[in-house]
Amino acid sequence: MSNSVSIKVHQVSKKFGHDRDEVIALDEVSVEIRENEFFTLLGPSGCGKTTLLRLIAGFEHPSEGDIFLNDESIAHLPPYLRPVNTVFQNYALFPHMTVSENIGFGLSMQDKPPTEIDATVSEMLRLVQMEALRDRRTDQISGGQQQRVALARALAPHPRVLLLDEPLSALDYKLRKGMQIELKRLQMETGITFIFVTHDQEEALTMSDRIAVMNKGRILQVGSPNDIYDHPSERFVADFIGDTNFLSAELVESTSESSLLKLASGKTASAGPSGSTLRSMVNIAIRPEQAILTSDEASAEFSGTVTNVLYSGTDSVFHIELKSGEEFIAKVQNSGDTRRDWKTGQALGINIQPGAIQILRD
Amino acid sequence: MSQNTSPLSIQEQLARQQETKTNWLLCTPALIVLFLAASGPLLVMLFYSFLTPGDYGGVEYQLSFDGWMNVFLFRDIFDDVLSIADAHVAIFWRSIRLSLMTTITCLILGFPTAYFIATRPRQSRNFWLFLITIPFWTNLLIRTFAIMEVIRNKGIVNNLLIDLDLIQQPIQMLYTDFAIMLGMTYVYLPLMILPLYASMEKLDFGLIEAGYDLYATRIRVLRKVIIPLIKPGIIAGSILVFIPSLGAFVTPRVLGGGKNLMLGNLIELQFGQGRNWPLGAALSITLLFIVMAALLLYVKNVQKSGVQHD
Ligand SMILES: Nc1ncnc2c1ncn2[C@@H]1O[C@H](COP(=O)(O)OP(=O)(O)OP(=O)(O)O)[C@@H](O)[C@H]1O
Ligand SMILES: [Mg+2]
Repeated sequence: MSNSVSIKVHQVSKKFGHDRDEVIALDEVSVEIRENEFFTLLGPSGCGKTTLLRLIAGFEHPSEGDIFLNDESIAHLPPYLRPVNTVFQNYALFPHMTVSENIGFGLSMQDKPPTEIDATVSEMLRLVQMEALRDRRTDQISGGQQQRVALARALAPHPRVLLLDEPLSALDYKLRKGMQIELKRLQMETGITFIFVTHDQEEALTMSDRIAVMNKGRILQVGSPNDIYDHPSERFVADFIGDTNFLSAELVESTSESSLLKLASGKTASAGPSGSTLRSMVNIAIRPEQAILTSDEASAEFSGTVTNVLYSGTDSVFHIELKSGEEFIAKVQNSGDTRRDWKTGQALGINIQPGAIQILRD
Repeated sequence: MSQNTSPLSIQEQLARQQETKTNWLLCTPALIVLFLAASGPLLVMLFYSFLTPGDYGGVEYQLSFDGWMNVFLFRDIFDDVLSIADAHVAIFWRSIRLSLMTTITCLILGFPTAYFIATRPRQSRNFWLFLITIPFWTNLLIRTFAIMEVIRNKGIVNNLLIDLDLIQQPIQMLYTDFAIMLGMTYVYLPLMILPLYASMEKLDFGLIEAGYDLYATRIRVLRKVIIPLIKPGIIAGSILVFIPSLGAFVTPRVLGGGKNLMLGNLIELQFGQGRNWPLGAALSITLLFIVMAALLLYVKNVQKSGVQHD
């Protein structure tokens, strides 16, 4: 993967409506998407994912800010002059054309010679495994097949960037899993930059090279799935992705590499760097699977009483009420040697794996 | 299959036959009305077209093919020589030409109008459609006279052009083919806009965006995406404008000033001053055939484009 920037969104705001009805769909968003990257926009409904995608595609123009493709501003260009294609959420296949006519549409609009169009269409049909249905009308194929045609149609002109707006949301679970793998394969094979929109955090984590977590028209954090999961920068990100315990602690020591926290139990624990001032209370996040349960209550970093146990085969989830009154959820893998037969009402100690405490920005 | 038909399925079949019978019975009133209202008058016309004209209008019950012959042929009253009825041919040709031109003009004007309405927010669309239907509230004759007032030599348009020093002499617009076409366009435009709007409203605007996204310029999106998708509306609107234009007689009479006749006027003439009912009937049936030819073309086109009507 090269590191040159493909799409650069610079200080872009997008407002809809006027005066009292004004909606700020995007609020000074800046992000750089690298060449040949599988980049995901992740966020709850209404956070501005589609709007950002439509701005990159050219269906909308930014109220403020600028958008660059390979260092050239494209914000003023109409969609048909941008080497960017979209896979629409409802596929938007042309109902008056066959599968292969749909796939060849972009190329014929670029006035490519018919022989080249035929060759590319055949190649695309093979790529998405739809050769058998090339002459079908698009309303005579299944949802999953329509999805593939939409993908092939957007890939056929070999755009520099492919935009995908929740392309899998209309498919059932099994088909979705299959298409996730296929999308990833297509992205690797074609070497095209993919910008993918989803509100499914699991999908984002499994498929992406990098993820931008959005909320209320802003990008909160950009990073690799690992980064985002292990080091969420703020409460929203930690909460939106995976399950998290939110606790508070006092910041007693802070260097550029690490910080020392005084926990509610009076014990100390180390964590990553923090921008907060010393002696102040900070919010910390701990993933349930990073807790190590122990019967040795006295020496543990936290202690509490089990209120509920949920057994789910490979692992067990313990709901624990801490001494401080806060609720804590711990997830323990059920391998042979771990003790896991703690019962409701039992007192337990909780240790946290080193480096697993994340200090959140406030 | 038939050997081992169970008693139950025999009963079922009987029930189904019974059902079909009842269905037919239920349809009878509708069929009678359809027959009386649609086929009845046509049969009367067909019958009349083979009779001899009465001296004071009406018909005499005597078989004659003159009515049909006179549609395109002309018999000299002195030497009985048959020649092509130039006047009739000219009128047929003018009717078809003016109707086609009216249809095309309506299409050119109606398309952007329908597109405009279809792209308004849902709540305000009804308001715009309402405006389109307002002219229907006024009598056709009055509206036609209003147009006359606008385009006559001392009318608004000519006066304005003279006041602006763009022309010295008024332009003769009234009593020309142009006036007839203008009048018919005005009268039939809503009949084009409404079906166009109906098919545009169903248009998925995501498809237009998909077109732009795939490198189609505006004009190409129009040609390759919008027009093919709203073709049923275009065809329906064209038929709805073309057919009544072909038979129009009020507009050509008032705005054409009696010298630029159209088919409708010719037919009207036969039943009035001409006192030649069989010819009038034959002309009407000829008109019907032209319309049917146009409709057949429509059906063929729709089948070819594979668009289903629901
Ligand atoms: N054309 C528009 N006119 C007015 N407001 C709009 C328009 N398009 C989007 N918005 C508003 O902008 C905000 C962001 O919308 P957007 O469609 O980008 O959200 P999203 O993240 O894609 O949500 P979802 O996951 O539901 O698709 C929403 O509050 C929405 O109501
Ligand atoms: Mg969206």
